[in-house]
Amino acid sequence: MTIIDSTAAPVAGYDSRKRNLRRQRLLLIGPAVGAITIFMVAPLLLMAWISIQTRDFSGSVVWNSYSAEAYLRFIFERNLDDSLSLNFDYLLIIWRSLWLAAITTGLSLLVGFPTAMFMATRPKKWRPALVFLVTVPFWTNLLVRNYAWILLLRDHGTINSALMGIGIINEPLPLLHNSFAVSVGLTYSFLPFMVLPIYSSLEKLDMRMVEASFDLYATRLQTLRRIIFPAAMPGVVAGAILVFVPCLGSYVTPELLGGGKTMMIGNLIGLQFGAARNWPFGAALGFGLLAMVLLAMTFYALKSGKSKQGISL
Amino acid sequence: MSLVSATIGALTPGRKKAGDANHWPGLAFMACVFFAYVYLPIAVLIALSFNENELVTIWTGFSLDWYIIALQNEDMIRAAGNSLLIACVASFCATALSTLAAVQMSRDRFKGQSAMNALVALPLTVPEIVTAVASLLFFATLGVTQGLITVMIAHTVFCIPFAYLPIRARLEGLDPRLFEAANDLYATPVQTFRRVTLPLMMPGILSGAVLAFIISLDDFVTTFFVGGAGSTTLPIYIFGLIRVGVSPEVNAISSIMLLVSVAMVSISLLLGRGHERG
Repeated sequence: MTIIDSTAAPVAGYDSRKRNLRRQRLLLIGPAVGAITIFMVAPLLLMAWISIQTRDFSGSVVWNSYSAEAYLRFIFERNLDDSLSLNFDYLLIIWRSLWLAAITTGLSLLVGFPTAMFMATRPKKWRPALVFLVTVPFWTNLLVRNYAWILLLRDHGTINSALMGIGIINEPLPLLHNSFAVSVGLTYSFLPFMVLPIYSSLEKLDMRMVEASFDLYATRLQTLRRIIFPAAMPGVVAGAILVFVPCLGSYVTPELLGGGKTMMIGNLIGLQFGAARNWPFGAALGFGLLAMVLLAMTFYALKSGKSKQGISL
Repeated sequence: MSLVSATIGALTPGRKKAGDANHWPGLAFMACVFFAYVYLPIAVLIALSFNENELVTIWTGFSLDWYIIALQNEDMIRAAGNSLLIACVASFCATALSTLAAVQMSRDRFKGQSAMNALVALPLTVPEIVTAVASLLFFATLGVTQGLITVMIAHTVFCIPFAYLPIRARLEGLDPRLFEAANDLYATPVQTFRRVTLPLMMPGILSGAVLAFIISLDDFVTTFFVGGAGSTTLPIYIFGLIRVGVSPEVNAISSIMLLVSVAMVSISLLLGRGHERG
């Protein structure tokens, strides 16, 4: 092609082909990238800008009134006489979100790891069915999943009725509308994200390595520590990120299972656009959440880079 | 386990080998705990939806009444219609945009391409609540009335990566010599696309479209913040009902939604499997 072109009209041919290519890119990639830029990147930039504006008494944004007020609210409270005093209410909510996300990740690992290992040690023909069984709940609606837990956990719910029926307790246990309910619901929502990466890591492990370890008189514990855990590590790290990140920003589960007392960042953000009506503060909180998520992802990028090296060693 | 190792094991009494690589004590038990944890709530929900009693928790007898009541609820039907309409529009737009982008991205190499790939995947990275309130601010600032249109736009945007990734994966797996062959046989680029590229990438397009459809159908957070009057979807409607309290009608509606989701996922899996064989 190039040879023919260069004999005919070398420069013009090259240029027009380049122009064609550019037009093609613009026509084909442009719409998707444009849609995301206009309806996602631009709103995020607008949010950044609004987070450094003030608001008036009705709650609407006062444009071009730059201030760090919204970010100050994370730690301070403005008194009536305009002085600032420390207020840790919002930090407490952020702390609770981090803590609940961590607990959920831990719980998912605790239940998910043995399950993933169980799946990886089944005969090959059963594995697709097991993967399907693990993913089915993920495809059901998030509200429906949380609603099912309300049915189980509420005062006259299935668990309390059963326990009272047997006679173990006389009064219903307060299972719903607390951190416990939220962490159970979050674990339930994101468990497949932990099981599947670990499973795919373990599936790649040659089981003859484990047999060799046993042949060399390693105990089960030694084999777990020296063979299985290192092999599962990339999956564990990926799973932890896939559970931790959406947990941190969850809205529905704390809203339904947590009640008013167990708010997470997501609900606090939502509140600023509803009843509280403080858009700059809501925008600032949104950025706080985004920063935490990006931090977790950076950590993952570094960690997964390391664990890849570990495998090659 | 090899014969040698078994022999050595027999010859060295006192040292016992830890056992079979595929059998670990407690594993099956933990897997049972896992599957019970995953399926018991669903089972309880479905069982209670057939309960004739209105008190929801106490079982008194089998009945289909709540399903009949739920299916005659006009608000619910309207919400379901909105959900389907939004999911159809959003998944169609997202799939169309993703197909175009994936075709060019897979055959082209240029500066800033990885940045564009990251941009397409952005809706997966940013927490949904952040995107939702940012879109709310965006539409409010522009003075756009929130309703069906704004929800459709927002859904299209977050569906793009779900449609794009399967299509892109399918294209990466194709043999580039097929396109060269078409070219050699004097097919125009348009002919090549219509007769070679498109049929080959169809499984990817289908699974991307189904994925986008399910994601849009299930969405709550974005719709909740970006929507307005007239854009009540099924999840929004159910959220309102759950807020009020537990009721047998919600059980029935939830069970129907559960069944629809599972059926759709099964169908998309079967479709994918059929194409793999072909």
